[in-house]
Amino acid sequence: MNKSQKEQYLREYSILKAQGKPFFPYAVAKDALMACVVMACIITLSLVLGAELGSKANPTTTTYVPRPEWYFFFLFELLRVIKPPSLVPLATIGVPTIGMILLFLLPFVDRGPERRPERRPIAMFTGIFVICAMALLTYEGANAGSPTAIEMPTPTAIVQAGGQTLAEFEAGKKVVAQSGCLACHKIGENGNDGPGPNLTHIASRLPRQGIARTLVNPTAPMPSFKNLPPQKFNAVVSFLSQLK
Amino acid sequence: MPKLPAPPVPAALKAPPPRPGDGNGKATPLDHAAEAGISVVDWVDERTSLSGAARWMMFRKVPKGTNWFYTLGSATMFAFLSQAVTGVFLAMFYKPDPSGGAYESIRHVTNEVFLGQFVRGMHKWGSSVMVILVFLHMGRTFFFGAYKYPRELNWLIGVVLLILTMVMSFTGYLLPFDQRAYWATIVGVNINGTGPLLGPYLSDFLRGGPEFGAVTLSRFYAIHMMLVPGLIAALIGAHLYLVAKLGTTAPPWLKAEKNPELRKAKA
Repeated sequence: MNKSQKEQYLREYSILKAQGKPFFPYAVAKDALMACVVMACIITLSLVLGAELGSKANPTTTTYVPRPEWYFFFLFELLRVIKPPSLVPLATIGVPTIGMILLFLLPFVDRGPERRPERRPIAMFTGIFVICAMALLTYEGANAGSPTAIEMPTPTAIVQAGGQTLAEFEAGKKVVAQSGCLACHKIGENGNDGPGPNLTHIASRLPRQGIARTLVNPTAPMPSFKNLPPQKFNAVVSFLSQLK
Repeated sequence: MPKLPAPPVPAALKAPPPRPGDGNGKATPLDHAAEAGISVVDWVDERTSLSGAARWMMFRKVPKGTNWFYTLGSATMFAFLSQAVTGVFLAMFYKPDPSGGAYESIRHVTNEVFLGQFVRGMHKWGSSVMVILVFLHMGRTFFFGAYKYPRELNWLIGVVLLILTMVMSFTGYLLPFDQRAYWATIVGVNINGTGPLLGPYLSDFLRGGPEFGAVTLSRFYAIHMMLVPGLIAALIGAHLYLVAKLGTTAPPWLKAEKNPELRKAKA
């Protein structure tokens, strides 16, 4: 906006303002009604949904699936979608920081005199795109599976075998997911790539007995799983020995 | 003898008002009582001269055409006030003690204190309502182009308020110290730690050291209870001052100069 545009705006605005009504009581009445609506919403939410309190914090659990408050879901989902480790800082800090910087810069970037939405196509398109992206990410984040889950499809050979084999495979998948293996091992699309080796094709490198031996007597820092109940232990071994 | 006020009867039946000179011009104690409110305001105003500021704030004109979208800002402020009031009541019971006291005090509020669960529910859901209102208010400002000259500074203050609201939400999430709170906060702090340059320092500051420990909870508690609410209140003050000073925006589709009716009315 150059000087004459600024002056024109101020002139326009002073006319519109002179035409207006006093803040008290006209705007105050609307604001008060809105405040009542807000209060009614908060009270209704509190009465209907209440305030649950989960079990006490236990720093030693490894299976708990943390969930942020719903309005952070979009960040949470962003972190889930962006997998390559080199891009993770971008997802976690980069995107929010860039978002904040862009918000701060907005009035310095968009200095045109035009205020009507239909004549600001770039701003409108950007705004609507950001809203849609955040809504989509929030929705996806809300429906995201637990991060301690293995999303690998069951191989067709095992599905066809059915019965005992299939049941053991599925049970083993669940135990592996819940035992914190994914903290150090990658299995399919899930888990961290390191410090432990990638387990996606472990069965092609280690025979069944080798897998069982490693689980009982692993290389540090991996903990031993010899104290797992035998049924769970066998399920884990069957699952891992199918990963070819 | 003090007299009772006259009953609300039709004008024709009322006794005529006292003429000047009746009663020797002396105010009765009842007159003094009736004027008590005005006298108090006068007394304060004589010493502070606040009435000018109040008149400037309350009787400024709001442009033609403002609609319900313009109530979102004050609604956000109202949600903040509700958070402040319910937060004070929660603080009366809360103990920032990670070795069990924090969880126990919240359990006590939720299960045993009269209306405790209701007030905690209001505080918990009030935060969601406030975040929604902040975003709606920001959306209104964005789509109506209200961040443009001369209101750029107010937009900047608004962005800081948005960030502070998110900080409130993040720090408040830990305080109940249940599983959900604990693990979500660990993940959140670790996410901060992956940030470039300042990331590790920020997460060390939040944790109060390299490990999540006893200091962490009291740190979050102090940030949530004192630092950020104070900043928010001060910045809301600045935000409102600028709104009153610069005036509420008119809807962007209203153009006074091209509207002959409005031009005439000005002249």
